[in-house]
Amino acid sequence: MQITSLRKGVLTASALAIGLTAANAAMAEWKPNRPVELVVSAGPGGGSDIFTRVVQAALTKNDLVETPLIVVNKPGGSGSEAFNYAEDNVGSPYKVYFGTQDAYVLPLGTKVNYAMKDLTPVASMVFDVFILWANPKASGINTAQEFVAKAKENPGKVRVAGAKAKDADETVVTLVERAAGIDLAYIPYKSGSEAAIQVAGGHIEANTNNPSESLEQWKAGNQKPLCVFTSARLTDKTVVADGMSWADIPTCVESGIDVKDFVQPRTVWMAADVPPEALAYYTDLMKKAMDTPEFKDYTTRNVQITKFMTGDELKTFLAEQIKNYEKIYADNNWLLPASQ
Amino acid sequence: MGNFGQLMDGFVVALTMHHVMIMVIGVLLGLVVGVLPGLGAPNGVSLLLPLTFTMDPIAAIILLTSMYWGALFGGSTTSILFNIPGEPSSVATTFDGHPMAKQGEAVRALTLAFGSAGFGAMVGVVVITLLSGWVANFALQFGSPEYFAVYFMAFASFIGMAGGSPFKTLVCIMLGLAVGTVGMDTISGEGRLTFGITQLTNGISFLIVVIGLFGIGELLLTIDEGYKFDGVKAKLSLRVILRTLAELPRYWVTLLRSALIGCWMGITPGGPTAASFMSYALGKRFSRRGKYFGKGEPEGIVAPETADHSAGSCALLPMLALGVPGSATAAVMMGGLMIWGLSPGPMLFTTRPDFVWGLIASMYLGNVIAVVLVLATVPIFAWILRAPFTVVGPLIAIVCLIGAYTVSNHVFDIWVALGFGLVGYVFKKLEYPLAPFVLAVVLGDKAEDAFRQSMLSSGGSLSVFFEGSLVATMMGIGILLLSLPLITALFGALFRRGREEGQTHSS
Repeated sequence: MQITSLRKGVLTASALAIGLTAANAAMAEWKPNRPVELVVSAGPGGGSDIFTRVVQAALTKNDLVETPLIVVNKPGGSGSEAFNYAEDNVGSPYKVYFGTQDAYVLPLGTKVNYAMKDLTPVASMVFDVFILWANPKASGINTAQEFVAKAKENPGKVRVAGAKAKDADETVVTLVERAAGIDLAYIPYKSGSEAAIQVAGGHIEANTNNPSESLEQWKAGNQKPLCVFTSARLTDKTVVADGMSWADIPTCVESGIDVKDFVQPRTVWMAADVPPEALAYYTDLMKKAMDTPEFKDYTTRNVQITKFMTGDELKTFLAEQIKNYEKIYADNNWLLPASQ
Repeated sequence: MGNFGQLMDGFVVALTMHHVMIMVIGVLLGLVVGVLPGLGAPNGVSLLLPLTFTMDPIAAIILLTSMYWGALFGGSTTSILFNIPGEPSSVATTFDGHPMAKQGEAVRALTLAFGSAGFGAMVGVVVITLLSGWVANFALQFGSPEYFAVYFMAFASFIGMAGGSPFKTLVCIMLGLAVGTVGMDTISGEGRLTFGITQLTNGISFLIVVIGLFGIGELLLTIDEGYKFDGVKAKLSLRVILRTLAELPRYWVTLLRSALIGCWMGITPGGPTAASFMSYALGKRFSRRGKYFGKGEPEGIVAPETADHSAGSCALLPMLALGVPGSATAAVMMGGLMIWGLSPGPMLFTTRPDFVWGLIASMYLGNVIAVVLVLATVPIFAWILRAPFTVVGPLIAIVCLIGAYTVSNHVFDIWVALGFGLVGYVFKKLEYPLAPFVLAVVLGDKAEDAFRQSMLSSGGSLSVFFEGSLVATMMGIGILLLSLPLITALFGALFRRGREEGQTHSS
C-alpha cells in the first residue's frame, strides 16, 4: 500500500516537473497560436486606423507573425468602446489595442466605462506633430506673427478649423489663445482633412493639423505652414513646395507663440493582467515592426518623430502627459464633474 | 482632348487579363457583400484591404472599386425582393421596387433597377472623364454654408413632394431628426439623447434604422396581413429581361434627370443616398405618372437607381482630387491609398496619371462587367422568391438580425433594429410615411453640423446663406422647391376661381 502511494507520489512529482518545464519553455517563447485582434479606437480611414493597418501590413508582409492579424474598428464613444473592450477581455493575450492620447485623455472629460487600471501600456511608437496652417491667398496670413497680429486686431473673428470638439485640435487652439493672449473662433469639423479643405477653399483662415493631412494642399499652394508645435524644428530637409522643406517651418516658440511639444503619440496597449511573456512578445513585435521598410515609409510620409518608448520610460511619459492634460482640461473647464 | 488621350492610356493599363480577372472577382465579392444587409460596402472593403497590401496600387484600387460597384448593385437586389435595403443608398428603391416584385414582376423590377443603375454609372464616369480637372476646383468652393444649401435642397425637394397628410410628414421628419441627433455632437463634443447608455454615444447607425424599419417592419406586416407575395407567378425567362431592357429607353426623361441629379449630388457633398431620395422625390413630382409612384411604378425604380449610381461614381472624384472621402466606403479606400504610398489630393492627377486614369478606365469596364454579372443572377434571385413564406420569412428575420449585428459587431444594435421594426410596423399601420423619417435620419445630422459651422464662422448672421452666388442660387432653388406645393395650390385655386367666376358671369 505504502509503496503504491509512494510510487504515485513520484509519478505526480515527475508529471509536475514535466509540466513545469513546459511552462518554462512557454514563458521563454510565448507565441500566439490563434488569430490576434488589433483593436483600433477609431473608424476606418482615420489616422489611428491607418497606423494600425500599417503595423498589420508591416508584420504580415515581412513574415514577422505566423497567425493572422485582424484589424477591428471600435470607434464608439469617441474610441472609448475600444478600451472598454479591453476591460471586458481582462488578461487576453490575443487582443492588442491601438490608439493615441485618447486612451488616457478620454476618462478626463467624458463618462467612460473603463479606467486606466484596465489597460497595460505596451509601447508608444511615433509622435505625430501638429502644425498651424493658413491660406495665404485668401487670408493674407503668411507667418505666425501675422496670424497673431490679425487675431489681435479682430478678437474672436479669426477662425481656426480642426477635427472634432474637445479633442487634440481644440486643445492646441486653446493653448495658442492663452499663450499669445488672443481670442480665436474654433470651428469643429468631422475630420482633419475636411477642416483642411475648408482652409484650402478660403472659407476659414487657419487650421491645425497633422502634416500629412495638409501636405497636398501645401504643394498646390492653397495652404502654408505657419509654425510647428514642437520644441525643435522638424528634421526632414526634402523641399516640399515654394523652396521650403519641413525643416524650414519655424517652431511656434520661435514665432512668439509659447506652445511647445504638443504632439500626438501613437500608442499600443493590452488589457490588464495579461501574461508577462505575452506583453514581452508584443513589445518586441512592435519594435520589429518599426524597423520594417513599410513602417519607415509611413513615418517619413507623415513627417512623424520616431521614438519608441516602453517599460518605465513609457510609464513616466504617460504620468506626465496625464498631469499636463488634467491641467489643460481644468483650465478649459472641460473636466468631468467630480460627482459622476 | 488631353483627358481623352489619357483615358486611352488608362484603358491600356486596365485592359489586361490580370486586371479584368480582378474586376470580375471584385464585382462578385461585392454582390455577396451588397446582398447581405449590414455587411455593406464599407465593411466589405475594409475586410478586403489587408489582401491588397501585397498588390500593386492599380490592381488594388481596381479590386476595391469593383467590389464597390458590385455592392451598389447587390444592395438593390434585397431592396426589391425583400424590402430590406442592402445599402443605405438603395432605400428609395424599395418604394416602388418591392411593390412591383410583390405583384409578381420581380424579374422586371430587378432588370429595370440594374439597367438604369448601369446607365447612371456610365453617365457618372463620363462626367468624371470630361470634368476631372474642373471638379477639383469647383469642390473647393464648398464651405459650410454651401454644404448646408445642398442638404437644404435635398430636404426641400422631399418636403415639397405632395402626398399623404402634411402633418404626418412633419411628425416623421421631426422624429427622424431626433433619431439623427442621438450620440456625440460634433460641435460641442457632448453626448445628446444618450440617456446614459454608452452604446448610444456613437449614435444610431442609419443602417440599423433601415434594417429595422423596412426589413423587420415588413416582416411583421406580412405576418399580420398574410402572405401576398406573387413570386410564384414570376415568369423566369430571358425574354422578360430582354423586353425590360428594351423598355428602358422609354423613360429617357427620368433617366437623364436622375443622372444629372446624381452627378450633382456626387460632386457636391450630398452623396448617393441623398441623391437617390432627391431623384425619387423630383421624379414623383415631375413625371406624368407621378401619382402612381409607390405602387410599383417603373419610373419609381429608374429614378433612384440611376441617381444612386451616377452619384456613387462621381463621389470618387472629390476623394481623388481633394482627399475628402464622399462616403464611408471612400474613406476606407482613401486609407488604402495612403497605405499603398499614394496621397490623394490635387497633385495625384499630375504625379500618378497612370493610377488615376487606370482607375477611371477600370470604372467603365467594372460597371459593364457588373451589369452583365448582376443580370445573370436575376434568375437565381427570382427562384428564391418561389420558396414558401415559411422558408423565406425566417430567412429574412435571420438575415436582418445578422445584418444589424455586423454593422459594428454590437449585440445592442440587434435590439435597436427590433425596436425600429416595431416602429416601422406601427407607422405603416397608421399610414405615417417612412421616407421623410429616413431622409431626416440620414441628412439631419449633417445638415445640422453644416448649419452650426456656418453660424459659428459668420458670428451668427443668417446672411451667409445668401452672400455668395453659388450658395444663394442653391438656397433659391431650395426655397422654390419647398414652396412648389403652395404655389401650385395657389395657382390651382386662382385658376379654379377664375373659371368659376367666368362661369357665373356667363350664366
